[in-house]
Amino acid sequence: MAHAETHDPNTPLEYRSETGRLNILGFWIFLGAEIALFATLFATYMVLEHRIADGPSPGELFEVKSLLIQTFLLLTSSFTCGLAVHEMRRQNVKGLITWMAITLGLGLGFLYFEIEEFLHFIHEGANIGTSAAWSGFFVLVGTHGAHVTFGIFWVTMVLIQVAKRGLTPATSAKVFITSLYWHFLDVVWIFIFTAVYLMGMVMHNG
Amino acid sequence: MASKTAANEHHGFPWKHLIGFVLSIVLTLFALWIALETDLSMTWILIIIFGFAFLQAALQLLMFMHVTENSTKSNLTSRVQIGNILFAAFVAIVIVIGSVWVMTAGHAKHDKNQHAPKTENHENHGGGSEHDSGEHGSHE
Repeated sequence: MAHAETHDPNTPLEYRSETGRLNILGFWIFLGAEIALFATLFATYMVLEHRIADGPSPGELFEVKSLLIQTFLLLTSSFTCGLAVHEMRRQNVKGLITWMAITLGLGLGFLYFEIEEFLHFIHEGANIGTSAAWSGFFVLVGTHGAHVTFGIFWVTMVLIQVAKRGLTPATSAKVFITSLYWHFLDVVWIFIFTAVYLMGMVMHNG
Repeated sequence: MASKTAANEHHGFPWKHLIGFVLSIVLTLFALWIALETDLSMTWILIIIFGFAFLQAALQLLMFMHVTENSTKSNLTSRVQIGNILFAAFVAIVIVIGSVWVMTAGHAKHDKNQHAPKTENHENHGGGSEHDSGEHGSHE
């Protein structure tokens, strides 16, 4: 860490310290473990989705409108998060903080609609204890929502640090890692969108 | 491609991000349309919408997460990143398809309890026979 390294001046700030490089690589490996974690939750849900006991089936209660609102909020937040890193690499702290703040706003919007949807399901008689299918649903989708909630706090903390300390090899590596985390949550949502919502609605209709 | 320096595309307009975003929206809406508005068979719908999901995941990794970029001049880090994510994807696919196959492909029919007539109303959270028969028809 202490030794001076010669770098291409084009090397982004987050890759200039050894700690930064190793943290980013380590985070990629952590994301591999997260993929395995979500895979077990997907497997659980997909095995149990027909075990609806006396309750409604998931496909019966899913609504396209709520699904699309959540999907577009999260998809757009992933895009704005990418723009934030793009601005960071142009040394534009203001652009970085602006795009990240928009990302956080979209993330909060996603959470609002997700919670509203959960309350709607509970109102319709489907809570986490209704059936194996709904247990699987709330654990899978809820784990994703908990990740988003954690991400909002995390990104907020990192942004406070950037505002205080400016862009350094340490803070920029943190921003880059939170961006990887945020994009990853969108990747998980793509599969929730497909395997839970679309498949649920297809099976209910046909 | 894998060995290009990270910062090259980070001057000027973020075309890569914009293209990734537009493609993500198109794939999302197209998957929704295929799933809800077409009369394709269940198998084809599954193949197409999961194909789109993996494509979209790849877009995120390539366009937004810069999985192919390297932290140093050697391309070791991108190889580790890509290799790790591909391996994780393999593990995920095995876990999901393996679980669904084992639990729904009809092995349960060999459970000897299934042949005994059901004598009580209590069911193990939804193991009702009508769901069982529906399930075998609707899975792959």
